[in-house]
Amino acid sequence: MLKLDEVSKVYKVGTFGGRALRAVQDVSFDVQDGEVVSLIGESGSGKSTIGKMILRLISTSSGVISFDGVDVSSLRGGARKEYYRKVQGVFQDPFSSFNPIFKADRVFRIVGQQFFPETAARKWDEKVESSLHAVGLNPEHVLDKFPHQLSGGQLQRFLIARALLLDIRFLVADEIISMLDASTRIDVLNLLADLKARGLSVLFITHDLSLGYYISERAVILYQGSVVEMGSTERIYDNPLHPYTRMLMASVPRLDKKWEQVESELRTRRNELSTGCVYYSRCGMAGKDGGCRTEKPALIEVESGHFVACGCCDQECP
Amino acid sequence: MSLQVDDLTLYYQTLHGDVKALEGATFSVADGEIMGLAGESGCGKSTLANGLILLKPPMRFVHGSVRLDDEELPVWDTDRMDAFRFRRISIVPQYAMNALNPTRKIGKMTVELLRSRKVDVRSTLPELERRLDLVGLSHEVLGMYPIELSGGMKQRMVMVLSTLLDPSLLMADEITSALDVSTQKAVARMLVEFRDRRFVKSLMVITHDLSILNQIADSILIMYAGRLAEKGSTDRIINAPRHPYTRLLIASLPKVGVRHRQTRLTGIPGSPPFLLHPPVGCRFRERCPAALPECGEEPPFVEIEKGHYVACWRESGTDAEA
Repeated sequence: MLKLDEVSKVYKVGTFGGRALRAVQDVSFDVQDGEVVSLIGESGSGKSTIGKMILRLISTSSGVISFDGVDVSSLRGGARKEYYRKVQGVFQDPFSSFNPIFKADRVFRIVGQQFFPETAARKWDEKVESSLHAVGLNPEHVLDKFPHQLSGGQLQRFLIARALLLDIRFLVADEIISMLDASTRIDVLNLLADLKARGLSVLFITHDLSLGYYISERAVILYQGSVVEMGSTERIYDNPLHPYTRMLMASVPRLDKKWEQVESELRTRRNELSTGCVYYSRCGMAGKDGGCRTEKPALIEVESGHFVACGCCDQECP
Repeated sequence: MSLQVDDLTLYYQTLHGDVKALEGATFSVADGEIMGLAGESGCGKSTLANGLILLKPPMRFVHGSVRLDDEELPVWDTDRMDAFRFRRISIVPQYAMNALNPTRKIGKMTVELLRSRKVDVRSTLPELERRLDLVGLSHEVLGMYPIELSGGMKQRMVMVLSTLLDPSLLMADEITSALDVSTQKAVARMLVEFRDRRFVKSLMVITHDLSILNQIADSILIMYAGRLAEKGSTDRIINAPRHPYTRLLIASLPKVGVRHRQTRLTGIPGSPPFLLHPPVGCRFRERCPAALPECGEEPPFVEIEKGHYVACWRESGTDAEA
């Protein structure tokens, strides 16, 4: 449904824009109907940039983002508006998503004016209320209030309700629960799971791996703008292969295990897995891809009475 | 006993009356102990930390006493506290990145800081450099402006500065919250190392993230709506919590290995009370699934097993079901 094909984003940096910063490099993945995909990475990994490019808040430098087979950057005028009817985003800080001068429900009114001008006011109010119920809010408690009178969790659900008023099919959720309190964040996460059951697709952008595990079927791990590992969430968490993913997994603070325990587990698993050279992961040899990743090099005699278990160093030693 | 806090009560003065941000806090931190202080936003954890080091309006001291190394800490008197601040009790503030003066080079700022505390700069410098080495910062950072450092580097710099005079108690206020997981781990481990090397005698780590505390803390104190809810060893709090709030809080945290399709976690319905007019009795009563008629009265913070304190009527009577 949504497909990214070799998408890159280059920012001009420096005083005169003389240097180029590759925020996103040749990223390709897709999101199917009713699927939650986690985009996981640390700050500066380009995960928010990808979200913004999907929402067309910034342009792509190269590559194609297509929604239902249509290149989204080609959309103009009415077609672009139709796109926003289907694709919406919710962002990290709920407090800065609202204009503090106006009451919070103004966001609903704007959606009504912009997208459903023909709907009668009474009918629209009903629609707003049912949408608020869908996100687990009581309209009596939250309507007609200013943003500062509502909690972060309520505001965040407000924004999801706003997105639901449109017939959205794709939601970009950029760190939407990182600013919420522990006792309420799980409710917002469950809400996403419910929406998914109704056929909505979600791109769940997060730096918190345990949240990604809870909600998503597939995970994409980003590092400095490039995808380093992606696949089914369970496989990635149970068997991380890229050194960066391993490092991330070993760094996540967990309630059930201490860091030392996770580290030693990963180490044993790596030893079990490796059928290749035991020194592979730390080897600095240029030609080390010469099969020694999968095949254990045999002990060979390099000079009289001197044996070595390395397939590369007999050819060319640095 | 490094820190002993008795019945500490702190209010915020507002036009509408006092906000009862912290009431009746009684606890102690032992020598060499890393105590985690956890709770939701607005539960009073930062109030407690700020009250111990810089009690200034609108915060108001109501009553209570604080002893550090068997010496009374005059927390209510900002001027007399000058003798203790930075030397005996120190803090790494929540936004360490903003704690450094952006218009000063870090070395110059450090010198100014030491002079203002009447510390001999020349004799302290070697120790400063040794500690920079220890946290993996090159000595060149002293000639740099804060803007030239990354978030993690600034965080480490502030940690080195805060602990330079080997204080008895260091408070770390949400210092890992804004960092990436790998930097978070490094900073958290650094706290443990500072304790192990006796740069600080004991530590109070304030965070909303229980999983970080599980990694580094010896004991955890859980706060709710301005009151202490539970204190115990990390293992007891994480694996066998007794206060209903702690139980629900820990049950609501997603863990690696838990999928929403298999196990649907639930949050805690409702929201914390407003502390301008807090409800009488247990402050968790409205959201508590196990509330009793007694809960209309305030539960005492009692020791139910060695080192494990709970403020709940269900626990303070006979040994209730776990």
